[in-house]
Amino acid sequence: MTEGADNSNESNHANYWKANIKVLIILIAAWFFVSFGLSILAVEWLDQFQILGFPLGFWMAQQGSIVAFLVIIAVYVVVMNRLDKKHGVEEEEPDSREFEI
Amino acid sequence: MGILGWTYLFVFISFSIYIGIAIWSRVVSTSGFYVAGGSVHPIANGAATAADWMSAASFISMAGIISFMGRDGSVYLMGWTGGYVLLALLLAPYLRKFGQFTVPDFVGERYYSKVARIVAVICAIFVSFTYVTGQMRGVGVVFSRFLEIEIFWGVFIGMVIVFTYAVLGGMKGITYTQVAQYCVLIFAYLLPAIFISMALTGNVIPQIGFGSEVTGDEGVFLLDKLNGLNTELGFAAYTSGQKSTIDVFFITAALMVGTAGLPHVIIRFFTVPKVSDARVSAFWALLFIAILYLTAPAIAAFARTNFLQTVSNKPYVEAPEWFKNWETTGLIKFEDKNGDGIMQYYNDANPAYADEAASRGWKGSEIIVDQDIMVLANPEIARLPNWVVALVAAGGLAAALSTAAGLLLVISSAISHDLLKRIFTPGISEKQELTAARFAAGAAVIVAGYFGVNPPDYVASVVAFAFGLAASSFFPVLVLGIFSKRMNKEGAIAGMIVGIVFTAAYIIYFKFINPTANTPDNWWFGISPEGIGTLGMILNFAVSITLCRFFPAPPEKVQRMVDEIRIPRAG
Repeated sequence: MTEGADNSNESNHANYWKANIKVLIILIAAWFFVSFGLSILAVEWLDQFQILGFPLGFWMAQQGSIVAFLVIIAVYVVVMNRLDKKHGVEEEEPDSREFEI
Repeated sequence: MGILGWTYLFVFISFSIYIGIAIWSRVVSTSGFYVAGGSVHPIANGAATAADWMSAASFISMAGIISFMGRDGSVYLMGWTGGYVLLALLLAPYLRKFGQFTVPDFVGERYYSKVARIVAVICAIFVSFTYVTGQMRGVGVVFSRFLEIEIFWGVFIGMVIVFTYAVLGGMKGITYTQVAQYCVLIFAYLLPAIFISMALTGNVIPQIGFGSEVTGDEGVFLLDKLNGLNTELGFAAYTSGQKSTIDVFFITAALMVGTAGLPHVIIRFFTVPKVSDARVSAFWALLFIAILYLTAPAIAAFARTNFLQTVSNKPYVEAPEWFKNWETTGLIKFEDKNGDGIMQYYNDANPAYADEAASRGWKGSEIIVDQDIMVLANPEIARLPNWVVALVAAGGLAAALSTAAGLLLVISSAISHDLLKRIFTPGISEKQELTAARFAAGAAVIVAGYFGVNPPDYVASVVAFAFGLAASSFFPVLVLGIFSKRMNKEGAIAGMIVGIVFTAAYIIYFKFINPTANTPDNWWFGISPEGIGTLGMILNFAVSITLCRFFPAPPEKVQRMVDEIRIPRAG
């Protein structure tokens, strides 16, 4: 491999990592906002609203936050798979991908 | 057929399945034993992780705790699920790329230090033993209540089952039994909840049903009714919180971060083939967990409503059958303090309610109820058929056994791989290492079984310990090892030690040395021992980051390794 190709590979990896960190900061902020923000700090205030028979703050604390966690991980999976492809660092599919089931 | 007959049938069938899987999935290599050869499908791994994670505490105790705590129960609901976000985003994919067998493996290699590895091994073993003891105890309790045999024999049977599939099949055997156990436990958890939801609210979906209107009481929401029932008896409204905001904040954070730092959960992500599989597997794991965790608050609210309606202020002679059944186990007690033959259950610790109680001639709450009864007796309270009651027993056993097996594997690999192969006897062959792993797993089962039969009094208290330690030791070290190339062994080791010592000292002081001082007035910043791991974690981060500047950067080789684990494609 030539010196130049090596450099561009390295800068590609550096860019990938930067983009990765950006994704993480946004999603961790979302995680913090729903759990500690809405479900703990703002819980009393949210209780003034009602949905489907639940006080909203109570619902966020006991169920809504869990649903939000799932959505956050789902977004992470999709965004990262795209990012891997964009930077050409995705793992190759083995020819015969066999699980021991 | 009676409850006993059904229980024997369900337990026999489910145990036969577990043993069958064990025989089918024998392993012959250390890679197979430690990480199932890295060939588990991400969805299967998700189900296995869910069963691994959801213990006897999640299955048997959690809904009961919530039904007594009301909204504050959210610390467990959020704390034990939110950690998966941290795990999926910050740890799982990178540790999978690193691709070794254990968590101390990563700590030892990343921090190029045997001291760091040994500290990690000690934490892993301590955390896992704390946990496994509770599981064996859960097995014993379920056996003694539902199969009416002594706790000793209950624990013994549980030990034999776990021993068979953990020692024969290692991680591979454990993984596929956990998938089966997940199916058993989730079915056993959901079915009674669906029946009860239909009976109370007419809604088939319990997760939504506990917000619905009460059957026969048109226009009244179940939660409003429950708030009324609670406040009538001097308790706080069910949907209101009692703990201080700062304490809820810190406990939730400690449980989340602790979850992400627990070795038996982390190593599950070593068993999938690829980095992208590790990410999606975390999603499946949380989805499978969420099915139970979204149901738990519903069961809590239903159980509380049923309990107050069927027991409170009713004559003892007319007490329902389940009440008599469970009285024999000591999990529920009635003491007629004012001698009127009626069961008064109310909040006698509420001074504002004392006058009200006195004017009614009440002399203290007369029912003592263990929180575990809320799930175990729930089907009986709701008068469901016998086979549903029996199913709950099989589910409780599945939850306890699956978690126990995962923990035993962490203990055995810490001994055979990290201590023997990597530190004390590096010359041993793979075959010898595998034999050592099997012996270590066997010995760990016996020790765990002993503590299951003779539980130390402090089991409940040390659970706070397990999470606090995982949060204040493993989590910062792992995160910094991945996200900071500059972090060196001096910073990491000092951080781990400061985090552990601080957290342990705080918990030991309030739980063991001076338990009478364990009140909010004496806590630092109002943080209870359950939540102190969060502060320990912050201290760990602060110490590591400050100290690492004064010592040389890690060797070139280690920095290259960090670069490599950040990129999914093999370098």
